[in-house]
Amino acid sequence: MSILVDRSTRVLVQGITGKEGTFHALRCKEYGTRVVGGVTPGKGGTVHEGFPVWNTVEAAVRAEGVDCALIFVPPPAAADAIMEAAHADVPLVVCITEGVPVADMVRVRAFLDRTRSRLIGPNCPGLITPGQAKIGIMPGHIHLAGSIGVVSRSGTLTYEVVHQLTQRGLGQSTCVGIGGDPVNGTTFVDVLRLFQDDSGTAAIMLIGEIGGTAEEEAAAFVRAYVRKPVVGFVCGQTAPPGRRMGHAGAIISGGKGTAAEKMRAMEGAGITIVRSPADMGATVARVLGRGRERLMPSSVIGGESQGA
Amino acid sequence: MRIHEYQAKTILREFGVPVPRGEIAQTPGAARAVAERLGGRVVVKAQVHAGGRGKAGGVKLADDPAGAEAAALQILGLRLKTPQTPPAGITVLRVLVEEASTVATELYLSITLDRARGTHVVMASPAGGMDIEEVAATHPDRILREWTDPALGLQAFQARALAFGLGLSGDAFKAGTALIQALFRAYLATDCSLAEVNPLVVTRDGQVLALDAKLAFDDNALYRHPEIVALRDLNEETPLDVEASKFGLNYVKLDGTVGCMVNGAGLAMATMDIVKLAGGEPANFLDVGGGASPAQIEQAFRILSSDPSARAVFINVFGGILRCDRLAAGLIAAVRTLGLEMPIVVRMEGTNVELGRRMLDESGLNFTSAADMGDGARKAVALAGAAR
Repeated sequence: MSILVDRSTRVLVQGITGKEGTFHALRCKEYGTRVVGGVTPGKGGTVHEGFPVWNTVEAAVRAEGVDCALIFVPPPAAADAIMEAAHADVPLVVCITEGVPVADMVRVRAFLDRTRSRLIGPNCPGLITPGQAKIGIMPGHIHLAGSIGVVSRSGTLTYEVVHQLTQRGLGQSTCVGIGGDPVNGTTFVDVLRLFQDDSGTAAIMLIGEIGGTAEEEAAAFVRAYVRKPVVGFVCGQTAPPGRRMGHAGAIISGGKGTAAEKMRAMEGAGITIVRSPADMGATVARVLGRGRERLMPSSVIGGESQGA
Repeated sequence: MRIHEYQAKTILREFGVPVPRGEIAQTPGAARAVAERLGGRVVVKAQVHAGGRGKAGGVKLADDPAGAEAAALQILGLRLKTPQTPPAGITVLRVLVEEASTVATELYLSITLDRARGTHVVMASPAGGMDIEEVAATHPDRILREWTDPALGLQAFQARALAFGLGLSGDAFKAGTALIQALFRAYLATDCSLAEVNPLVVTRDGQVLALDAKLAFDDNALYRHPEIVALRDLNEETPLDVEASKFGLNYVKLDGTVGCMVNGAGLAMATMDIVKLAGGEPANFLDVGGGASPAQIEQAFRILSSDPSARAVFINVFGGILRCDRLAAGLIAAVRTLGLEMPIVVRMEGTNVELGRRMLDESGLNFTSAADMGDGARKAVALAGAAR
């Protein structure tokens, strides 16, 4: 079992004739993902690298049926591409594009509220159900099918934790990168709910970072709803306030959004906190071994129990 | 991206936000000339990208043109140190000379993004001129908030609610409502991440004015605002920041001795964290992007090697699709080109990782391979300590 995507998911790539779109459409297809084709306005009716191309998402939906749109268009066109997919009733929209203006995302989120579509991203690696479907830019070969759900705001740090899990033989049910922007489509809470309700997920690894309050909201949700073991890591423990750390969303402003605050909130919700990013995989292994002892205060691994 | 107060006021004036009359001056003589044109009392204000200028001696009142010249002489060339500047301070190159206002009331007004709600929020407070974060902490009830409709923006009734909440009445109420709406138009039209007026004042003759103004812009939206990009002041950025931004590198200078080069922002932050856990201090945050191209790697080395406090470099690249032998070739070429002698610890994952490690080992250069993140951090911290 898995969440959101599996081997039957039919994927349409928006921006398929661009460099990134072409490269990753082929990598996804090689992995086994059902890529039905792509959209590039003005190139409809052509065939690109073996993929049929349509002018509009709606035409592709009519012709092939589409469960998921994967977006690689440049930032100025990204908001429009997301809305086009949602307007065509594509249930899942994954936007990889980095650098979408925040004001555009504010409007997109309001638009999405009137549709039935779920957006993942933007500025994210996408999502993968190992052995079934890779919908994004992550390296497929580091993943292993299994029962750990992974959700993260980061890209390469997610690959790091997946690598650590796979090395220990701990496979993943689905790995979701929700993206590093301040306004995005899917939150930690959304994904945690899906993992809790998924019979194929036994434990959850959550990777947060400084900035905003998404981790605090995740912690409150875990306390109220999640009955599976959750392991958490928050990067940016050494980040200085007021400086944006790469991701648009990763900034400590007005003394708010620090890693220490987030880890305290998560710890208070019974999430097992990992202090060192080298210990993420090992901690998941230990927590799984212990089963439901996660609510014990002794669950803090790799450091002292309070603060950072 | 941030701009100066005088630039922000120029933008706000275009959108209909009332600001005091004033002009920029780069010499004491020019400051005198501006004061002569304005007539009456003036304020001379240092133009640097930092708050707290008044307490640091960067803002002075002058009764006449001669006083303005004297004030400018004191402020221009000053290395202004405030809690918001780098420790060494920023040298003042320009002053804004403005007509002095007779303030009756000081208020606070700002617009920014509310991440949790996913829309813009207009905040106002009768506690103007104070540090708003302190007001939020001590008197949260004294901050009024109106969240805007993502599609329709700020409505007139919301602006009125804020103006009433600020205690405005009569003509000042009308002017205040119009000012709030004008500030929102400016915020939206120029893709601000923050528009802050602190203080917003009511003068004794009933005018409502933005006495100070701070605008910051969403970097992701700068592509559609060349007029704002043109306002960038390189004097406010360190030379290393300027170099990094030219090559699309995300660089933040820190105080430690272990230089870090990582692909991806999250992994870069995690790498800084693990350096600290290993007993060291990171010299910087440096994200070379997910792909880590040879040109980016060379430029990244250039930046790290010009940081005098860095004693060792820790490279942590999770390649995935990237081939480690190509990465190794890029690292070797860059180190040879730049003649780097600093110890470099390399942790990489990806295709052909064994071949990549062998290339580094056999290069005859000062590379040390690491098996994983923890191993790399320990080695880099040890080497940085030994090199001290």
